[in-house]
Amino acid sequence: MSFLPLIISLLAMCAAGYWYGSKKALSSHSFAGQQNAGRPHLYGLYVVIWGVIPPAILLILWGVFSYSSIDVSGGIAGKIDKVVFPSLITVAAILGLTLAVRQISPNLRARKTVEAAVYCVLILASTLSVFTTIGIVLSLLIETIQFFEKVPYQEFFFSLNWSPQMALREDQVGSSGAFGAIPLFTGTLLITLIAMIVAVPLGLMSGIYMTEYASKNFRATVKPILEILAGIPTVVYGFFAALTVGVFFRDVGTFIGLDVVSESALAAGVVMGMMIIPFISSLSDDIIMAVPQSLRDASYGLGATKSETVINVIIPAALPGIVGAILLAVSRAIGETMIVVMAAGFAANLTANPLESVTTVTVQIVGLLVGDQEFDSAKTLAAFALALTLFAITLCLNVIALLVVRKYREKYD
Amino acid sequence: MTDIQNQTNKAGWPTNGANKILAKRHRTERNFRRLGLTAILIAMALLATLLVSIVGKGYSAFIQTTITLDINFEQEILDPKDTRSPETLKAASYGSVIRNALRTEFPEVKSRIELRRLFGLISKGAVQELRNAVLANPKLIGTTRVFELTASDDVDMFIKGYISRDVVEQDRRIKNNEIVWIDRLQNQNAIQTRFNTRFFTGGDSREPEVAGILGAMVGSLYTLFITFIISFPIGVMSAIYLEEFAPKNKLTDVIEVNINNLAAVPSIVFGLLGVALFLNVAHLPRSAPLVGGLTLALMTLPTIIIAARASIRAVPGSIRNAALGLGASKQQAVFHHVLPLSLPGILTGTIIGLSQALGETAPLLMIGMVAFIVDIPGGVTDPATVLPVQIFLWADSPERAFVEKTSGAIMVLLSFLVFMNAAAVLLRKKFEQRW
Repeated sequence: MSFLPLIISLLAMCAAGYWYGSKKALSSHSFAGQQNAGRPHLYGLYVVIWGVIPPAILLILWGVFSYSSIDVSGGIAGKIDKVVFPSLITVAAILGLTLAVRQISPNLRARKTVEAAVYCVLILASTLSVFTTIGIVLSLLIETIQFFEKVPYQEFFFSLNWSPQMALREDQVGSSGAFGAIPLFTGTLLITLIAMIVAVPLGLMSGIYMTEYASKNFRATVKPILEILAGIPTVVYGFFAALTVGVFFRDVGTFIGLDVVSESALAAGVVMGMMIIPFISSLSDDIIMAVPQSLRDASYGLGATKSETVINVIIPAALPGIVGAILLAVSRAIGETMIVVMAAGFAANLTANPLESVTTVTVQIVGLLVGDQEFDSAKTLAAFALALTLFAITLCLNVIALLVVRKYREKYD
Repeated sequence: MTDIQNQTNKAGWPTNGANKILAKRHRTERNFRRLGLTAILIAMALLATLLVSIVGKGYSAFIQTTITLDINFEQEILDPKDTRSPETLKAASYGSVIRNALRTEFPEVKSRIELRRLFGLISKGAVQELRNAVLANPKLIGTTRVFELTASDDVDMFIKGYISRDVVEQDRRIKNNEIVWIDRLQNQNAIQTRFNTRFFTGGDSREPEVAGILGAMVGSLYTLFITFIISFPIGVMSAIYLEEFAPKNKLTDVIEVNINNLAAVPSIVFGLLGVALFLNVAHLPRSAPLVGGLTLALMTLPTIIIAARASIRAVPGSIRNAALGLGASKQQAVFHHVLPLSLPGILTGTIIGLSQALGETAPLLMIGMVAFIVDIPGGVTDPATVLPVQIFLWADSPERAFVEKTSGAIMVLLSFLVFMNAAAVLLRKKFEQRW
């Protein structure tokens, strides 16, 4: 019996069990007048739990068995895989259901069992996020360790040359693959820096204006409009950066006599900054709002104007929060993929000139993994090493940002 | 803030000097205020530029140029043995029917090269149109009908004005003789522009004029469906556990920190997790909406959990206490009272999470949803692509006509997102409860 019909028949059996269990509890003569007895559907659920748990355990065992190294195509192992497990599962389900149905009586505390089962399911669901993190770390770590067996980590972290093409033939010249990730890190930093130069002043100033100056109506209309920027998919920004902004900067460059490539770091950075504006503005909005009104009143009372209050009182008071917000924005810019894939280059240039083309960590991950994947080549494994670096950096930035913000909050509460 | 003492006269009134300083301070104040307003205006101008440039490039994707020709469905070519069987009709050479029609329309064109250019006016997809027409109505064979055929992408671009007549001929995709033919067709009113239904009913294609987004939309739908059925129940259950049942201990702390950190992990890392977990370990099919949906579900989960927790927290304790006071168990209080009351908020958060998932591209590139797929996917395990990835693929194509297709697809994607977010806002407005 194959997988899907088995699952469907199990579900059908459970449904029948639910129906029969509730009916038995509802119609049974001995239930009449019993105050302690639970509501009938609980008895149905009780039956279903006994119909689900034994087969589920066997299903997991079956899965482990099929994916373990034993060859399941023939022989005894194949027979166990094809015949023994499905029939065992069916028998377990039937046994569980019948035993549960026979147990139904007014003295059975069905609710206790049902609630215990629900509680377990809730715990399982909430640990999934932990397992996701563990999964990310493990999957990246395993491949990265394999990568560092092929390429020494000194080369990866300190060498200046990145050209991951592996040789097609043994005697090919200059294509043994070089895995120095420094140009990728500098490229990422350059684009992030440009994005921050665009986003921080614009985001911060609009956040200040929204909280300190804007009328209620202005805020109610403008804030959602700015948030649209945050809701636009990054692939759209990428298209905009590649086709409109990149070409615009190139034309302006030609006009004033500068040599600007159309895949310049400037175009990618500016558009990325545009994406991050609402992120910074809404975060700084919250943070400035959290500065106690008494500080403002004290400053006004001393005769300060609004701008003097903002610069001398509010910003210093909110500084930790603002720094936290900027760190979060940096971590988002570093991890951003589509804008740079579409608008920045693939060639690894070690340059600080924003008018030239640079590449980033995320661009290289996409470049290395899209298309054919062989999981034993250093080229594919390099993507995992880059991703682990990316994960570690963004994680550190987030943790630092959260710590900074939390510390600041304790000060004024 | 300044030392005013020295700038007052004997009676204590401010002198000119003090007035000057005050004026300067007020000027700074005004400038600062203007600076803030300018920042907002620049941000809004950037948004407007983005939208205008997309719509300006993309609105013409919804219009399609067609060329009307007298098509002679010759029995000799289409069904020489007079069988009328669907197999013969499917395999028949509709291309030569079109070529004959063009030859009769332009009898003066003789040379091989010129003929090839002439045949190039009509899209390669027109063959399919004729085939469908004949399959639907075999009686067409042997008759001559006026038929509207899709024009090729170059003609389409020319009619829409993206290819200028003023450019030197070598740099122009439409050559001089083609312009002459097009002008003649236009004078005969044989060139029309129609609403481009194929854009919404077709799959991907190498020919821009027949490429459509239906395949990508169906792929997005399947992917989003998988994302929803995985992330919604699990997200709600985690939120319920963390808000209502979790004891304050180390494990709970770890889970909470984890969820916050997961929300900030770059999406591409989830793509790599998808590759390692779902493709390499579980051996699920590559490029399938199933894998894409699972990957996006892991990514959306933190968003849903955070929103659901906030919504559950907003339900006042008196409701729980009332339920408990009437003899409900803790779980009954939660599932019968707290959960229904917080459901609108949870759904709002879910819709926002799903709209993020709908616009996500990078993780889906990793798990191979970037393949060129013509067929409309029929299930969650069929190879498929999604709307944002389709945009990415088209943005990479060199043909000029794909620029408008890309922008058109972006417009469709953005309108989906606007629709989802509007639904979220409405839901919040309608069911929002102040306690």
